[in-house]
Amino acid sequence: MKKLLVYIVLITCFPLAVFGQQSTGEIRQESGGKFAITNAKIYTVTNGIIENGTIVINRGIIEAVGSDIEIPSGYGVYDYRGGEVYPGMIDSGTQLGLKEIGSIAESQDFEEYGDITPQMEALSAVNPNSESIPVTRVSGVTTTLTMPDGGLLPGTAATINLFGYTPDQMYAGSKGLVVNFPNSRRSWRQTQEQADRAREKALEDLNAVFDKAELYAEIEDAEDTRYYPEMEALATAIRGDLLMYIEVNAAKDILSALEWVENRGYDNVVFTGVLEGWRVAEKIAEAGIPVITGPVLSTPTRGSDAYDAAYKNPGVMQQAGIKVAIRSGDTENARNLPYNAAFAATYGMGRDEALKAVTINAAEIMGVGDSIGSIEVGKKANLFVADGDPFETKTQILSVFIDGYQVPMTSRQIELYEKFLNRNPGLIKYPVTEN
Amino acid sequence: MKKLTFLIAILILGTNELLAQVATGDVIIKNGTVLTITDGTLENTDVLVEDGKITRIGTSLRTPNGVTEVDAGGKFVMPGIIDAHSHIAGTSINEGTSQVTAEVQMGDVVDPLDLSIYRALAGGVTSIHLLHGSANVIGGESETLKLRYGVTDPEDMMFEGAPRTIKFALGENPTRGGRSRGIQPQSRMGVEAMLRNSLREAQIYKKTWEDYRADNSRRKVAPAYDRRMETLVDILDGEVLVHCHSYRADEINMLLNVFRDFGIKNLTFQHANEAYKVAPELAEFGAGASVFSDWWAYKLEVYYSTAYNAAILTKNGVTTSINSDSGELIRHLYHEAAKSQKYGDLSDEEALALITLNPAKQLGIDNRVGSIEEGKDADIAIFEGHPLSVYSIPVMTFVDGVKYFDRENDADDQRLYVDPESTVEEVQIFVAEEQHKCMQDADTINLYEFLNN
Repeated sequence: MKKLLVYIVLITCFPLAVFGQQSTGEIRQESGGKFAITNAKIYTVTNGIIENGTIVINRGIIEAVGSDIEIPSGYGVYDYRGGEVYPGMIDSGTQLGLKEIGSIAESQDFEEYGDITPQMEALSAVNPNSESIPVTRVSGVTTTLTMPDGGLLPGTAATINLFGYTPDQMYAGSKGLVVNFPNSRRSWRQTQEQADRAREKALEDLNAVFDKAELYAEIEDAEDTRYYPEMEALATAIRGDLLMYIEVNAAKDILSALEWVENRGYDNVVFTGVLEGWRVAEKIAEAGIPVITGPVLSTPTRGSDAYDAAYKNPGVMQQAGIKVAIRSGDTENARNLPYNAAFAATYGMGRDEALKAVTINAAEIMGVGDSIGSIEVGKKANLFVADGDPFETKTQILSVFIDGYQVPMTSRQIELYEKFLNRNPGLIKYPVTEN
Repeated sequence: MKKLTFLIAILILGTNELLAQVATGDVIIKNGTVLTITDGTLENTDVLVEDGKITRIGTSLRTPNGVTEVDAGGKFVMPGIIDAHSHIAGTSINEGTSQVTAEVQMGDVVDPLDLSIYRALAGGVTSIHLLHGSANVIGGESETLKLRYGVTDPEDMMFEGAPRTIKFALGENPTRGGRSRGIQPQSRMGVEAMLRNSLREAQIYKKTWEDYRADNSRRKVAPAYDRRMETLVDILDGEVLVHCHSYRADEINMLLNVFRDFGIKNLTFQHANEAYKVAPELAEFGAGASVFSDWWAYKLEVYYSTAYNAAILTKNGVTTSINSDSGELIRHLYHEAAKSQKYGDLSDEEALALITLNPAKQLGIDNRVGSIEEGKDADIAIFEGHPLSVYSIPVMTFVDGVKYFDRENDADDQRLYVDPESTVEEVQIFVAEEQHKCMQDADTINLYEFLNN
């Protein structure tokens, strides 16, 4: 185990490592939450790279960052010589916590009955003990946007940190209304005409409900007159107090969504998905709407497209001037977020921009850029230490901190590995021995 | 005169038919870092290909007259990637009408026009195992293909000389089929019973025919010919390699016991998410495992998976491959192999073998492909950057020495055929769940339900 070797090397070579390394399964919060990470290469994302730097953390908040920082007395010290420190990666599109096993309806809570259910709160259904959460966070992903799905207005998504015993402890401070913008996707059952009609009908429904909600939003104290939770959720978004995550992918639909947003004058809008964003990147940039795109590891949307169109998409949008975040669009394998970013990096986006797309850009787009997404004084201590570039496949993540807590570097997948690598008994319970 | 022309035409056409052969190429790939798989990494090495075969590997080889030179300076040259579990290039996947359909063959539904073939080539893939689906306990025969994109005759896609293979399936998929139709199997017990019944029936069928052939009586009557039984007999005789869809350790162990009882030796488990739990048993039997790098949790029987599966299997001496089962994932199997390396610290060689030599062994084609060796087929992929690096880019792919993918000359639209009835510029938004063709099996059964209720 390379990881173990690194631990041993660190422990034996650097007596400075006051606390040594954590054993698996243990949650640590050193010295009452006061500690420093030192001697590491720090990728701040917003303020360049600090060789041989130190980060001082006090009760979950970064107190100091730099190359010449004195660690206050009484603070624990983690020496990560040779390691690289990054802000925790943010996956801005998952169903983490809402979906446990794909084929079992009883283990899924991301979809409610009905087409218009904006008042459904993803956060309250997040299972903090989902097996997928440790699997994800040991890969350096510390925060996700967890989203409801289903009808036209499936509910309200929430940003969560992947550590905590209740959804409230996990909540990272941002919510957004999910709008599945009417799309021209055709199912195998439909003719194109039927699909077009369904799309028009959906757009009519969307407009009807938003017309109503705009009216509702104008009525003062409306909520005192009548209990109407759908309208309350929509009115909050219309007043600008809740983001609108508009899921839209085909170029034609993106143009239609741009028009819709412009006509209604909303400015708290984020486009999500946006797999054909590269076709209309200039238009999205003009409107100044930020984008959460992905999965990058996906097939091109059209048979006539280049085989690598999906890999290139984030880079094209970013270079057109759009603020781009990258999502995995996955749940149990949100751990592949860095590889989605890496493919975007390789196919035109470049590593620096791809790193921003899974850290600061994601945080800013979700409205939590002042608390996470980079290593800066005053921000939350959501960060991880790696033995190299976290986008590179073979890189091992050595340690993960969320809210200043050092989370256990284990998951059920690692536990199964440890249990079965050298299974006892092996093939035979009592092999015949020489004596 | 007319008759003569006609005869000549027939003659010419007929001869052409006889001579019809897939294209082979001559090429010399110069100065690459050659990842041979079987003989380490060779720096600054040339690979000479003549008539589709690798004829020489060495430094400063002379370029024979008329042979194209490819400069691979600073690039990595590896054997073409082999996907032991794919459903691209198949126009249908499941014959779901019975729990045993050994009589059907994927060779009959090969679609050489499938655009996914080109996208796979662009990821360095040169061969796939086009598998039957997993709706039934014993499915149809699968087909091993070479990705010769551009040919229109399905026969030209076939990996000539590759052994026959067949798909078996255990667990949730066949039992779900049983439940929806109110027949056996509805449990893993029933799956075993159905396997034993079928193989026992095949033994009896075989004996009946042997007795008939040995009978010298003039009044003997031939037993009924049964295509299904014929295939099962071929499995008993070791002529067909079995690839079995499976997930849980208990069902994997069960099949090992069944095959041991029937003397069947050629066995690879497909998916096998829990193979790591019975790795010593698999190693002892000599069975292989063809697994995902990290897919899990999409159904109950893959909930107790670990991405360290391939590493545990490899360290226990089980021949292991990484497969895609997806038209998306097949495009970056080199990255999937790298993930298996990350989860369990495999060496570069071990990781690359997961997508080259090991799947070749599982398909019985390792005498032809899976490594860069003199005498083997020139199925080769060239990468910019080490293929296990996430930043690497596949740039050229050769099958039988013929270049089928070249990033430098890659036009956007690579379709060979556009369906005149399809919508102009149809947009297909990628949905990860839909990639899982083995889950589409469920749809097949639902459709059956839909039609019958």
